Amino acid sequence: MSDANKEALEPITGIESPVYLDYNFTAGQATARYLTKVKEGKLVGQRCPSCRNVYIPPRGACAACGVATTEEVELSNKATVQSFTIVHIPIPGNPIKPPYVIANLVPDGANISFLHLLSECKNEDVRIGMRVEAQWKDASEWTYAMENIKYFTPIDEPDVPAEEIGRLKDA
Amino acid sequence: MSAQAEVLQQAFTLGYTYTRTTGPVVGRFLTALRDRKIVGIKGSDGKVIVPPMEYDPVTAEELSEFVDLPDTGVVKTWAWVKHPRGKHLLDKPFAWAQIQIDGSDIPMIHMVDAGDESKMSTGMKVKVRWADETKGFITDIACFEPA
Repeated sequence: MSDANKEALEPITGIESPVYLDYNFTAGQATARYLTKVKEGKLVGQRCPSCRNVYIPPRGACAACGVATTEEVELSNKATVQSFTIVHIPIPGNPIKPPYVIANLVPDGANISFLHLLSECKNEDVRIGMRVEAQWKDASEWTYAMENIKYFTPIDEPDVPAEEIGRLKDA
Repeated sequence: MSAQAEVLQQAFTLGYTYTRTTGPVVGRFLTALRDRKIVGIKGSDGKVIVPPMEYDPVTAEELSEFVDLPDTGVVKTWAWVKHPRGKHLLDKPFAWAQIQIDGSDIPMIHMVDAGDESKMSTGMKVKVRWADETKGFITDIACFEPA
């Protein structure tokens, strides 16, 4: 700005002081394998050889038993709501308009949940134990990301009792 | 058993987009910078501090006695940066320096663009190189240069 304008300027009362941390994320073998399958439209977890729990996304080891996990288990597109939250506050840079539902979902055959969106239902109707199914984007858009799944939608199946969500059925 | 997968990597930036209110003291310092001027503040022991502090370092009383200072000073100590990194504000070798602005008693940290390490010395006189465009931010002082 030119010096001539300075007389009219207000005193400084605030500043922008952002901090930007630049990372280079390396997925590692288990996560890279998982994301490669996600790119093919499949959810593939890993089973612990010791406790038989199935983890998704797999991290290459069982945190409870401390042993490597190598057996791959393809999981279904169906899942159960383990918990959820209704987001009312917009997050900078997030294009989704609140209020929307973020849920911890346990895919059938897995013993651990991951976070994803729930949609095509009334937020008020979402409940723990609700049965849902993944809605994948068109295959032409698939990449190495969970965004390949647009969101999950409710399906017409009986609720799972809370104490049974994520429990072993076929170990 | 898992087959080998290619190693996946992705760059991403985590941003904390903070804004801060400056309060009257720092605000006045920054407003002065915008006008290409430097102001310090006088403490209870008579020492002039720049950038100005809001509270007295000895008595903790609120400070308010601003002092106009020149844009020249003396290097009290320094460290040469041979290989500036991406986030440094100068893209050539420079010195981080404790610079005591003339008329003040407490040095402040800033950069000295001396061109070469051999041009740096403790006690050297420096002056502000103002940014082409000032906006009320510490970077209105682009750096210091040998006076």
